[in-house]
Amino acid sequence: MIAARFSSVTKSYGMVEALKGLDLTIRQGELLALLGANGAGKTSAVRILLGLAKPTSGDVRVFGGDPRDARTRTRIGAVLQSARVPETLRVQEHIHLFSSYYPNPMPLDEVIAAAGLQGLERRKFGELSGGQQKRVLFALAICGNPDLLVLDEPTVGLDVEARRAMWKQVRAMVGRGKAVLLTTHYLAEAEALADRVVVMHHGNVVAEGTPAEIRGDAATLEDAFVEMLEAS
Amino acid sequence: MKLYLLEIKYEFLKALRLPAYSLPTLLFPVFFYLFFGVMFGGKQTGAVNMSTYLVATYGTFGVIGAALFGFGVSVAVERGQGWLEVKRTTPMPIAAYFVAKLAMAMIFSAVIVTLLFVMGSTVGDVTMPFLTMAKLFAVLVLGSVTFCAFGLALGFFAGPNSAAPVVNLIYLPMAFVSGLWVPIVFLPKAVQDIAVWLPPYHLSQLALGTIGASRGGSVALHLGAMAAATLLFGAIAYIGYRRDEGKLYG
Repeated sequence: MIAARFSSVTKSYGMVEALKGLDLTIRQGELLALLGANGAGKTSAVRILLGLAKPTSGDVRVFGGDPRDARTRTRIGAVLQSARVPETLRVQEHIHLFSSYYPNPMPLDEVIAAAGLQGLERRKFGELSGGQQKRVLFALAICGNPDLLVLDEPTVGLDVEARRAMWKQVRAMVGRGKAVLLTTHYLAEAEALADRVVVMHHGNVVAEGTPAEIRGDAATLEDAFVEMLEAS
Repeated sequence: MKLYLLEIKYEFLKALRLPAYSLPTLLFPVFFYLFFGVMFGGKQTGAVNMSTYLVATYGTFGVIGAALFGFGVSVAVERGQGWLEVKRTTPMPIAAYFVAKLAMAMIFSAVIVTLLFVMGSTVGDVTMPFLTMAKLFAVLVLGSVTFCAFGLALGFFAGPNSAAPVVNLIYLPMAFVSGLWVPIVFLPKAVQDIAVWLPPYHLSQLALGTIGASRGGSVALHLGAMAAATLLFGAIAYIGYRRDEGKLYG
């Protein structure tokens, strides 16, 4: 089952072409890692997938619908890079409000457990550490029980323990048949989590395959990635 | 429906827990009123005494502040934080976000006008029939809608850090020139000529009309000016909102 599909998507900002005819498929029950240096077009792809931006040309479908349509978005959850949340609301208040946007939200205690926020329910967002704040964003992304989860660098600023805990949650969601799109600069993360890796460079896909296929003869995915960028 | 109410509830809690924002918005108009009300004492200005007249103009001043800060500055800050964008990834109808802020600004407006009525009738010499009070209240609270649109337009173009100073730079001089601090007839002719081009002047004249103290301009003209300003600011805000959709963050 296909969760989302990009067909020949381009996106230009004035003279800058961020995406040059991107074709990409995200399947259910699969974690797809989107890799690329800064400026490769990952953020543009994510924004278009979430319906935050319109493609200049081409088409994006999520579960057959337009992601700019609210009905389609009931099936999408997202952790955005560098988002900040109003600081005076409590963790459970934020989750309560976001849950109200979705037709079949998860129960509050399940969201709290999945995001590892036990004991922090009544804390205000502004009182949390950076890692805890990231976990709140993750909770907001999953509280609507989405079928497609988009994680734009979700583990930046997390310590090893918290990162591993989030990995486990993400894998559990994939195990339940959800589709996950992950962008990350931690190639070890992609190697540990992804079923499939897509490498982007200058708005195009330059490599695609399982982590093992992308790694090839290199010792790690990171080595293979650096080689690939130097070659192109 | 439940979603809208929740959105309003949390918008309200958010503001309540930020006294650094909510207290000045609520109390400045009241302090100013007390200061000028006491200074001018029970002098007459036209048909009414000064403390009655100033309830209408400081009421105007107060509801504009609630709208510009509650709407404008908070939208600018939440845009800058990426919070509005997080909300836009959800199925939340975007209207809920704005309706909550509108409701918030109107609740603040209602509180400010009520405080002014209380101060006016205890410390000042305000005596007005209940019906008049209700009319004045309604004009002021509904009039804040125009300034919510103004705030929204500013919120979509001002940066998250510059929004508050920008609002102050526009709000305070505009309020003075429109005759909200000192009755318009005390201001020089040149200033009065500028005032007729400013939306706060028209709201204050509508408010003063309810207590029989307007300068006698046509109500339709004032309403028309307010409606035109609302449309203009609404259009500017819409352009800003659409512009955000095309923008690249990071």
